[in-house]
Amino acid sequence: MKAARRLATAHIGVAVGAFGIAAGMAVMQALSRANLDLPWRTAKMYYLSVTAHGVLMALVFTTFFIMGLGIALTTSALNRPLRLLGLGWTSFAVAVTGTAAAAWAILWGHATVLYTFYPPLQAHPAFYIGLTLVVIGSWLWSAAIIATYRSWRREHPDAPAPLAVHGMLATITVWLIATVGIAAEMLLLLIPWSLGLTSTVDPLLARMLFWYFGHPLVYFWLLPAYVVWYAVLPRAAGGKLFSDSLGRMVFALFIVLSTPVGFHHQFMDPGISAGWKAFHAFNTFWILFPSFVTAFTIVASLEVAGRSRGATGLFNWIAKLPWDDPLVASVLLSMLLFAVGGFGGAINASFGMNSMVHNTAWIQGHFHLTVGSAVALTFMGTAYWLVPKLVGRELELTLLAKVQPYLWFLGMVLFSFANHVTGLQGMPRRVFDPVYLGAVAAEQWRGLTAVSALGGLLLFASAAFFLLVMLGTVVAGRRTDAITIEFAEPLEGPPTARTVFDRFGMWIAVALVLVVLAYAVPLAQHLQMERFGSTGFKPF
Amino acid sequence: MHVHRYERFWMWGAAAIIVLFISTMGIGLVGQGLHPPSHVETIDPRTVWTDARFAERGVVANADGSVTVTAIALLFAYQPAEIRVPAGRRVTFRLTSADVVHGFQIVGTNANTMVVPGYVSQFTTVFSQPGEYLIVCNEYCGLGHHAMMGKLIVEVAP
Repeated sequence: MKAARRLATAHIGVAVGAFGIAAGMAVMQALSRANLDLPWRTAKMYYLSVTAHGVLMALVFTTFFIMGLGIALTTSALNRPLRLLGLGWTSFAVAVTGTAAAAWAILWGHATVLYTFYPPLQAHPAFYIGLTLVVIGSWLWSAAIIATYRSWRREHPDAPAPLAVHGMLATITVWLIATVGIAAEMLLLLIPWSLGLTSTVDPLLARMLFWYFGHPLVYFWLLPAYVVWYAVLPRAAGGKLFSDSLGRMVFALFIVLSTPVGFHHQFMDPGISAGWKAFHAFNTFWILFPSFVTAFTIVASLEVAGRSRGATGLFNWIAKLPWDDPLVASVLLSMLLFAVGGFGGAINASFGMNSMVHNTAWIQGHFHLTVGSAVALTFMGTAYWLVPKLVGRELELTLLAKVQPYLWFLGMVLFSFANHVTGLQGMPRRVFDPVYLGAVAAEQWRGLTAVSALGGLLLFASAAFFLLVMLGTVVAGRRTDAITIEFAEPLEGPPTARTVFDRFGMWIAVALVLVVLAYAVPLAQHLQMERFGSTGFKPF
Repeated sequence: MHVHRYERFWMWGAAAIIVLFISTMGIGLVGQGLHPPSHVETIDPRTVWTDARFAERGVVANADGSVTVTAIALLFAYQPAEIRVPAGRRVTFRLTSADVVHGFQIVGTNANTMVVPGYVSQFTTVFSQPGEYLIVCNEYCGLGHHAMMGKLIVEVAP
């Protein structure tokens, strides 16, 4: 167990470090968009930092945090050491090596291609190979978690897995299905092309493979946050989980619904037929369902918590919740922001409305509510709860930890509101300087880019608080023996029998059928067309 | 499996909302032909300047009163950079890229498309309000991305 804690701590350490660097870059970008002339502000620096921010936040921070969380929760919930510990460390080493290679390419200016790296923009091979190594590392990690579960299962053939493990296994399943797309894009297209082994690449095929991966990627981020909401939060709030079985259903549904939807990121692309885009759009809406169920179950669990803390009226259970607990406050606030983000997602998926917001600032407003709040804020709250147990030290600088989630919430409200509105007014995303030679249309964005910059400053302050608390805890926290990781109990008592939602094999089979339905024909049609590849460009 | 009665209601409600969302799009799709924008046509990106479809760029009036706009997106400009179209007429845009992936977005309208090298983007729209519109590239294309712009002038139809 101690060995697993050390491995989990190493992963979370890398995650927090990446988060810190990326947060520093973010504040500079928010200020640049407001057209504030900072001394070192150049277009080259801006686009380089957007690339670094995206890669470090969306790929490195999330993946390493999830790997660390997965190790900690699985070994605690199953109460056994990690199987294949050596493989776990190998996976860590591979992923760190990959991160270092990609970071070198980005920071030395050889890979200013943003974290979506659409060809024919061409980065240094170290960028593509590095990111591929991060994915390979995550596969090895998946193997270690699955092996740990299977060894437990042999001893408990009839028992359902603890909900936290069930959720982690669903996360891994979504990830393994999704990463087939990115592996194909990297290994078949981008790596040989960047090495000069092939001369051209089909940019649309690369986009199709990227978004086959890119949408389930968001559930790879979200499901571990849901694991915390279901399996940890109710206990931290002083209550019980309202429904264990619906939690299992939610995770099973995500396995099925996450992948056959990628074209909703490509509504505006040429070369894909309208019918297949519509099919993916319709599929997308069903992903709202498990999140609707989650909203009910988690809010009901919080009501149970409030009432067990003495609330009696219709609504005063809300006030009775421990809003000063860093984990509880982080999750509550992240849920509020996610509710708005979810409805924004439904708008994005409606192809008619999508044409108003596609690639505008609305999109960055949207995903900072989802991955930037529902996921990142939950992870920060989780770190306040988990890291002290992993390192055996009490949380230090607790006042900062109590304030930090509120500061994040406030900063994100300002940032996200401003970006949603400027997006509707047509401001594109990812531009260094939205002035457009003083065009009238660009004038109206001005006040709101300042609001967005203010939000960015608050978010940066919040991120700095988080880093200080983490550093303080690891370095100066008082030693403690209270290191048991405990999970929420279901209201109806622990589940005794496996149900249909515990049958992973069946859900994986359904998921694969849907993947084939959604992708086989359009991909085959695409490959049969007369296509022309592109050579690489490096306009950075 | 025990599910609380309220949660059952909630789940039926959630499913009903989703069916409603999908039906809204479905009715638009079947009844009004509001399908996702799409056009499937390929082109060799190395020869776009001489390809018969893009050798002549600009605005062409068609016999039925509609117009067709042909343009190439390149690092970091549109060619032509200024487009004049009549108000209230159907305008079909045909675009392709000479190098990397670009965007083409007419600010203040729902005219918005990706421009992917090797492919031709085509969509049709109507501008009802005369005036000057800003065209921006909304897909990162390199260090001059924020300077990549064009102008659309919608004129009162003769």
